[in-house]
Amino acid sequence: MARIIVVTSGKGGVGKTTTSAAISMGLAKKGHKTVVIDFDVGLRNLDLIMGCERRVVYDIINVINGEATLNQALIKDKNCNLLSILPASQTRNKDALTLEGVEKILEELSKDFKYIVCDSPAGIETGAHLAMYFADDAFVVTNPEVSSVRDSDRMLGLLSSKSRRAERGEEPIKEYLLLSRYSPTRVKSGEMLSLDDVQDILSLHLLGVIPESKSVLTSSNAGTPVILDEKSDAGQAYSDIVARYLGETRPHRFIDEKSGFFRKLFGGK
Amino acid sequence: MSLLDYFRSSKASSASLAKERLQILVAYERSSDSQPAYLPELQKELLAVIQRYVNINKDAMTINLEQTDNQETLELNIVLPDAHRV
Ligand SMILES: Nc1ncnc2c1ncn2[C@@H]1O[C@H](COP(=O)(O)OP(=O)(O)O)[C@@H](O)[C@H]1O
Ligand SMILES: [Mg+2]
Repeated sequence: MARIIVVTSGKGGVGKTTTSAAISMGLAKKGHKTVVIDFDVGLRNLDLIMGCERRVVYDIINVINGEATLNQALIKDKNCNLLSILPASQTRNKDALTLEGVEKILEELSKDFKYIVCDSPAGIETGAHLAMYFADDAFVVTNPEVSSVRDSDRMLGLLSSKSRRAERGEEPIKEYLLLSRYSPTRVKSGEMLSLDDVQDILSLHLLGVIPESKSVLTSSNAGTPVILDEKSDAGQAYSDIVARYLGETRPHRFIDEKSGFFRKLFGGK
Repeated sequence: MSLLDYFRSSKASSASLAKERLQILVAYERSSDSQPAYLPELQKELLAVIQRYVNINKDAMTINLEQTDNQETLELNIVLPDAHRV
């Protein structure tokens, strides 16, 4: 049986697609057969971040409508043969995504893959609802910023009430926090909510803090998930996250400013 | 949190303002999420009925649905104006 992970947030632009690309690659690199699905119908972007945009022939809506088989629509990643991508369509008709259609696709993928990563669109409409409905685990991507934290909290409410697990009265979706675009320097100067501030409100299991990093843009420019940039801080943060998710213990990084012993001791600015 | 951190945060940084606002908002949104959808409408109608007899304003009435393990209670709290005291 596959494990279904939804990467969600409510708010747009917080790093869901960046995260979906990174963790699906990370899971595949660790030897697990993984598929990542773009649920952002009408605004597909995962293909660009994964660097497979020119190989898209069929998409998830084609599969739902029976115009293509799942195998025809799945794209094998060029960097890792254990990873496949199921692109969203660019159709403007959002109703094309149906609960039954998604259920059938997930069922079929479950036979073949160990992890199914669902990249949720922003908002709480059909696409976002269907991305999380069948999930076992939720990676809640949050930025240390008021509207993102608020939207994450709303999303947590939906995860615990509007999912298949909730409706069937099964064990609830496991929720994890991924605090992204974190800047320890700005936290220290009191401009940005700290990890503790965010946790005082959301109190989730922390999978990791991803720093604000130039390498994210460089990687998306090139169409390679940032986790493959092993020297970059964001890449390392995502590697840690994948390892922790798989049960390894790794100390948290990127929370504090890289600072000398004395600066830490006296809390100087 | 170190002692120095404590003194620094007492300066009410912009982040601590953000946190305070969030805590209030999130607490409110969570409680209204768990209440049934009819509650605001019920409150409006109840207020209208009471106002036919007593001159109270909107803020004088609070309505609350309490859930304990084995029962739900609807709590209605109305503060009457001074003139009604005996
Ligand atoms: N850790 C990060 N550091 C810097 N920029 C980031 C980081 N994570 C995401 N971004 C940038 O933020 C923007 C939105 O990211 P994206 O993953 O598309 O968000 P979403 O899918 O939630 O809308 C992109 O331009 C991306 O490059
Ligand atoms: Mg996205």
